[in-house]
Amino acid sequence: MSSRRSRSRQSGVSRISDDQIADLVSKLQQLIPEIRNRRSDKVSASKVLQETCNYIRNLHREVDDLSDRLSELLESTDSDSAQAAIIRSLLM
Amino acid sequence: MVLSSSSLSNPDANSNISRKRRKIESHSPAPLPTEPARPTWRTETEQQIYSSKLVDALRLLRRPESPDATGRAVREAADRVLAVSARGRTRWSRAILSGRLRLRLAHINKKHKKAAKPAASDSRVKKPAVQKKQPLLQRKVKVLSRLVPGCRKLPLPNLLEETTDYIAALEMQVKAMTFLTGLLNGGASAGSSLADQSQYISSA
Repeated sequence: MSSRRSRSRQSGVSRISDDQIADLVSKLQQLIPEIRNRRSDKVSASKVLQETCNYIRNLHREVDDLSDRLSELLESTDSDSAQAAIIRSLLM
Repeated sequence: MVLSSSSLSNPDANSNISRKRRKIESHSPAPLPTEPARPTWRTETEQQIYSSKLVDALRLLRRPESPDATGRAVREAADRVLAVSARGRTRWSRAILSGRLRLRLAHINKKHKKAAKPAASDSRVKKPAVQKKQPLLQRKVKVLSRLVPGCRKLPLPNLLEETTDYIAALEMQVKAMTFLTGLLNGGASAGSSLADQSQYISSA
C-alpha cells in the first residue's frame, strides 16, 4: 500500500492521505514506551512525533554513554585477548 | 553453503528447512512486495550476533597500530556494526555506511586541496528571504528526519517506516552494549578476586 504512494514524490507531504499518516503514526505509537504505557488511544500525531524525537535522542545519548564506558573499560583491561576470550565464551 | 548441499542430498531436510523458513517469515511483519523482509532486531539471536561482531570490532581498536579506543571511536564502531547488521535493507543503515566513506573522502580531499570550503557552510544557512512558518506537524517531521540518518528528504510514510526500524535497532544496540559493559565490569572484578585468591593460596 505505502509502496504505491512512495512513488509519487510530487509535492512531499500533501499527496499522502491522512489515513495513511494516521496508520503509520499509530504504528509508531506502539514503539514509544512513553506513549505505550499511558494506554491512551487519543494521542495526537504531533505528540507521537515529539515523543519519537525525544526517544531517539535519549537512545543516542545512552549509546554515547555506553560507548564512553566501554572505551574506559577497554583501556583498563590488562590483556585484551584474555578478556575477549571470556566474552566470546560467554556469548557463544 | 551447508544448507544448499544438504538440500540436494536430502529432500526431506529441504522441506523441513523451507517449512521453518516459512514459519519464521510468518512471524515477522508482512514485507512490502517491492522490498525484502524487514530485519528483526528484537530476537536474542540478533543481539548475540551484534554483540560478537562488536567485540571483534572493539578488539581491532585496541591494536597498537590503531589510535586509542576513545568513546567516539567506540560509538562509531558500534554504529558501523549496527548498520552492517541491517544488511542493506534500510535507508538509515546505508546512509551510516556511505556517510562514513564520504566523510573520509572529504577529509582526504581537504588535506590535498588545503582550501577552505565555504560551500558547505552556505548550504546550511537558511535563506532569510523566504520565511514560511511551517505548520507544527511539519516542523516535527523535519526534526525527526534529521535524527534518522539519511532520511532528510524522505516522504512521510517512508520516514515513519525507517523510524520504526531505526528505533528497534537502537534499542537492540543499547541492550547489547549494556550487556557487554556488564561483562567487562564483571570480568574485571572476577579477575581481581581471582588474583586475591591466588595470593592467599600462595602465602598459606
